[in-house]
Amino acid sequence: MSIIPTQAHYVVYIYMYIFIYVKVPVSRRAFYTAPDNPHLYRHQPPPRWGRAAGPLTARAEPEEEARRRLRLAAAPPSVARLLWSARGGGGEASSAAACWLGGRGARGPFKRAERPVRAGRRQGAGSRRRLPGRGGGRMAAADGLQFPEFADAASLLAANPDATTVSIEEPAEAPRSQRGRPQEPGREEDDELLGTDDSDKAELLAGQKKSAPFWTFEYYQTFFDVDTYQVLDRIKGSVFPVPGRNFVRLYIRSNPDLYGPFWICTTLVFAIAVSGNLSNFFIHLGKPTYHYVPEFRKVSIAATTIFAYAWLVPLALWGFLMWRNSKVMNIVSYSFLEIVCVYGYSLFVYIPTAILWIIPQKVVRWVLVMFSLCLSGSVLVMTFWPAVRDDNRRIALATVGTIVLLHALLSVGCLAYFFDAPEVDFPAPIVPAHNGTTLIKSQ
Amino acid sequence: MKRQIKVTSLFQMRDLKAVGKKFVHVMYPKKSSALLRDWDLWGPLVLCVSLALMLQGGSADSKEDGGPQFAEVFVIIWFGAVVITLNSKLLGGTISFFQSLCVLGYCVLPLTVAMLVCRLVLLAGSGTISFIVRLIVVMAMFGWSTLASTAFLADSQPPNRKALVVYPIFLFYFVISWMILTFTPQ
Repeated sequence: MSIIPTQAHYVVYIYMYIFIYVKVPVSRRAFYTAPDNPHLYRHQPPPRWGRAAGPLTARAEPEEEARRRLRLAAAPPSVARLLWSARGGGGEASSAAACWLGGRGARGPFKRAERPVRAGRRQGAGSRRRLPGRGGGRMAAADGLQFPEFADAASLLAANPDATTVSIEEPAEAPRSQRGRPQEPGREEDDELLGTDDSDKAELLAGQKKSAPFWTFEYYQTFFDVDTYQVLDRIKGSVFPVPGRNFVRLYIRSNPDLYGPFWICTTLVFAIAVSGNLSNFFIHLGKPTYHYVPEFRKVSIAATTIFAYAWLVPLALWGFLMWRNSKVMNIVSYSFLEIVCVYGYSLFVYIPTAILWIIPQKVVRWVLVMFSLCLSGSVLVMTFWPAVRDDNRRIALATVGTIVLLHALLSVGCLAYFFDAPEVDFPAPIVPAHNGTTLIKSQ
Repeated sequence: MKRQIKVTSLFQMRDLKAVGKKFVHVMYPKKSSALLRDWDLWGPLVLCVSLALMLQGGSADSKEDGGPQFAEVFVIIWFGAVVITLNSKLLGGTISFFQSLCVLGYCVLPLTVAMLVCRLVLLAGSGTISFIVRLIVVMAMFGWSTLASTAFLADSQPPNRKALVVYPIFLFYFVISWMILTFTPQ
């Protein structure tokens, strides 16, 4: 007679586990495919542990219905609700986000039955789809609460069930009215929710973060969701690359932005144009035949080159990585915006380099080229080597080699085109011409 | 009775007075909201056209290497102002589109004054001294423009992103100052 559980005990436990967590959901799955609940959405998860809403309960509580509608009407529009509606109106992930934001039980028009407080964390097949249990538990606790402040309004609405309520099925309408309004306080919480250090959560929601429709302003605002210190951190990470650390994983972390790439490219365009002009001015300063020209055309050429490099090369690289990803399964593939981000931030080191290229010494310029190429090239290599190293050896090396080669081509090309060669000053040799007059050959 | 009369002309004395008042506000930037409340784009248009006209005469022998043409100055100023406004709105600013355009356009006024001074100095001569005078004037006006526009625009930004919004304004006025400083008459 021992208290140590024997193998028989384990068998019993396992069977109980299977029964409770797997078999019972299977039996409840029949609930929402039943034809007598037409107002339930098919992708909606079934109610847990509660009184199942059958045909007798669904329409028999207009107060509950009205209360739900009022919650919908009263809840403020927010980014999470846009996400929710853009995803087709269901899912617990965005409803949990809406709960974090609204706090007033703003769950949207789920027409599920009343859910009592959950007993514990839910395991099983469906849990990968939703957020960790924090939001869900709190949300379920709010279910059991009554809302006395809506009581009289609820009765009004119950008296007139056809009263108009706000619909949030039009994500295009809401942002237009929100333009110019101050940023809602819920947005910071939304940011915390979406971009925090929990990598599981971040991975789940990284794809969902930008699910506002692309014709709304909010969609583009998600690309500018960075603070000053984040931008400065990313710039620092590109100028001082830590060997072995991946720029994307370390700094970008599924929050790629367009602010850095765009403004670094613009600054680089003007830095190269201005520095080139200044350097040419200083080189040709003493000459009597030299007339200074502002060379404004070169600005547009510089802009075309740099923006084409910073946007088309990432596009090609992204397409290439996608193609290889479809052939070799375990290649890490970055999203297009992350690649644009890496390229944009890696160009930052060329800005001080371009300013230092004003110094009219060949040696100094080439040392600067090598140095900046090493720094920015190492950022790119450390980002993309883990992505292709599982591939065929030659293709991986060819990819990384092409990246570095294009980068080198950009810097050398800019140096050659915008900065005239510094002149070597030795006295000009006097060459006697054939017909007796002397010509002074100048460099 | 006056309220019922419709505006019969595009531009009236009242508009001129409003534009003049805004010019004064730019030159002496205080925390007033006159620039923001009733925005108009007359002032920026006048400033942009005059600046582009004054920068016009700097073409070299070949068109390739000369200074900016009229269209280039126009495009840089307006397109740059639009891009900065979009940038500030995307970062979460509460200012409206045309208000921001209005402020950025009006704050080009000190640089237009600098251009005028530069042209007058260049009439006197184009040696080193004139270059130093022009450099000092342009730098002072560039600082004035940037500070004036920052004073008007910085309050409407989220506090942790102010530097992200101010930097493009700095770059914008820097480019205009560069165009003014490198102007050489033919």
